[in-house]
Amino acid sequence: MLLSGADILVKTLIEQGCDTVFGYPGGQILNVYDSLYTHQSEINHILTAHEQGAAHAADGYARTTGKVGVVISTSGPGATNLVTGIATAYLDSIPMVAVCGNVPTTQIGSDSFQEIDITGVTLPITKHNYFVGKVEDLADTIREAFVLAKSGRPGPVLIDVPKDVQIAKCEYEPKSPVEKEEPQPAKNTRIEEAAEIINSAIRPFIYFGGGLITADAPEEMLSLAEKIDAPIGCSLMGLSAIPTNHPGFLGMQGMHGRFASSMSMHNADVIISLGVRFNDRVTGNRQKFAKGAKIIHIDVDGSELNKTVNAVCGLRGDVKLTLQKLLPMLDESKKSEWMAKVDAFRQEEENYLDNRDGLTPRRAILTLNKYLGENTAVCTDVGQHQMWSAQNLNFKTSRRFASSGGLGTMGYGFGAAIGAAYGTGERSVLITGDGSFGMNLNELATAVRYNVPVVVIIINNGVLGMVRQWQTLFYDKHYSNSVLERKTDFPAFAKAFGADGETVTTPEELDEALKKAFNCEGPYIIDCKIDKDEFVLPMLPPGGSMDDIITKLEVQE
Amino acid sequence: MILLQNWRCRNEQIYISSACEKSVRCSNRLTSMFRRRQFNISSITASETESAEYSRITFSFDGEEEGKQLLMNQLYKLPDVCSIKELTNENSLSCELMLIKLKNDPDTREEIHSAAEAFKAETIDYSKDSIVLRLIGNSRKMDDFISLMGDFTILEICRTGTASIEKGSSVLRKNLNL
Repeated sequence: MLLSGADILVKTLIEQGCDTVFGYPGGQILNVYDSLYTHQSEINHILTAHEQGAAHAADGYARTTGKVGVVISTSGPGATNLVTGIATAYLDSIPMVAVCGNVPTTQIGSDSFQEIDITGVTLPITKHNYFVGKVEDLADTIREAFVLAKSGRPGPVLIDVPKDVQIAKCEYEPKSPVEKEEPQPAKNTRIEEAAEIINSAIRPFIYFGGGLITADAPEEMLSLAEKIDAPIGCSLMGLSAIPTNHPGFLGMQGMHGRFASSMSMHNADVIISLGVRFNDRVTGNRQKFAKGAKIIHIDVDGSELNKTVNAVCGLRGDVKLTLQKLLPMLDESKKSEWMAKVDAFRQEEENYLDNRDGLTPRRAILTLNKYLGENTAVCTDVGQHQMWSAQNLNFKTSRRFASSGGLGTMGYGFGAAIGAAYGTGERSVLITGDGSFGMNLNELATAVRYNVPVVVIIINNGVLGMVRQWQTLFYDKHYSNSVLERKTDFPAFAKAFGADGETVTTPEELDEALKKAFNCEGPYIIDCKIDKDEFVLPMLPPGGSMDDIITKLEVQE
Repeated sequence: MILLQNWRCRNEQIYISSACEKSVRCSNRLTSMFRRRQFNISSITASETESAEYSRITFSFDGEEEGKQLLMNQLYKLPDVCSIKELTNENSLSCELMLIKLKNDPDTREEIHSAAEAFKAETIDYSKDSIVLRLIGNSRKMDDFISLMGDFTILEICRTGTASIEKGSSVLRKNLNL
């Protein structure tokens, strides 16, 4: 049938199984919005307060569903507002398709009103991007973008569609949704090599990341752990892949990782790493990182192998399929001596846990844990609250944690929580700080407008806590521009936006507030006051190693 | 699409040839990746090919084997790159073209001419004050000639970068695993 580019765009999105999109209209994308109007019974468009919020919402939707998140914006500032959201998805390998309008092809390159070279701008932060020069290419470009976004190591793909391409007409032929490229296991010889190393391991440690969730391989990983009797740790991106209370699970690893997890990894002789990329926040000083260990690295992206740490055995391939081939080659064994040592680390960790009374950050998260259902998605912003969440949240189901790991985007959370609520079809939770929340709090308007049930917990210490922590430790307590000294009344702000909220100062008040929040129809804001000198511990100083770990700290006045 | 061509080792330089999706954006993507990941690329050539679909990009990489592997891995990830091949002195033929403009000084004219003759350089422009020579050959030859001319006044140099092609009947596009 003969359709306009705008109709083809919307029809192709629908054809690809896209039922919810996030975005913001504007001059050069009006035709697409006109088509969205026509097709509103088939595709749901969520209008955010800012394009950045829309990009994060598409990201949160993608993280919680595993589907491709779609965001639509106009040209120029609309497109540049997506940039942080796209970069966030890129660094965390989240499948996303961003569609931008642009000025007509005849005006491209003339610095027209709201014209920006968005494919140029996003070149280093997208898996790939397209400028669609003629309407005949549009449908297939969108299909290709979906294939790319979800294949192999997923990532964001941007499609720039000039206005005249949206207006021009051509034949459209519906097609079935594209499949991602067939995942492949690693080479057999490599798997055999890996099996040999694992079979001779005395102190094996399994370390997984977001790639395990993408590959849908938590079960295979748990079979591996059980068969070879290995403790398990993960990166921030790996959180929620397996339930927190799984007996072999030691929690997150890295700069603010759990003590037992980091110590076990440090003392391992073989580290089996699955879908991770050994970011500097994980390794600390690379020269000293897990020095005594042989690293086996399985990743779908070959470029991650030997990128930052040297693996004795690098396997490029789908984690799930590779593990399935690896498992039968492994000897079943018990490693009681090693596990006893791991248990000793766990015992020691108990000593470092913060069990103080009052509304401490840890107590706040533990209180929240009581309210989390099997399907509740928890999103965070970036900073201290993010680390406290990562350390203390009780995860039950895979894909129920969304946090900006690679880019560390303050302001990510609210958009993501809205996207997550749509993704799960349930109430979502945003844990944020007063600093991060300040960056994109305008999205409360979105949550109110669509009555999205989001429980917002602002861990409010009146300062940029993580910055302050570093200033305390490494900058002679020069609290340069990290004290907020704002007079924001968060409950009043909530009310002004048409929501409700309250301030809490004790664990009991928080408990009551959460009860209310989890029964509230729309968004609810809890302003949770904590002390400004709370620290995230343990901490590996930047560039440090396990020898430098800080587990307890007395802050002198 | 880019047909990425040749890595060829010469001293510490490695030439890589690739077949790429044909578009200006493609070379942009490639060079952007080199820059942001800090790969040291000393020469790059892009050209049309036997196919209307592909262009061919050849570049030389200054670095160790380890860095080369990381670079290869990154290249494989670019959707525009269809095929990559490392070209060595053993498996390939390479050449480069150089135009060099020298000051035409009566005292040194003779010596420049002798050197040019030895290097089979052709004089393509001659004026009272300047001489332009054209050299074709491998990059080492160009380097040697430039170093020899260091004793005289070089006004301008323009080098095309290396063009490389594999010996025998194998072609770059055969590597395409699409």
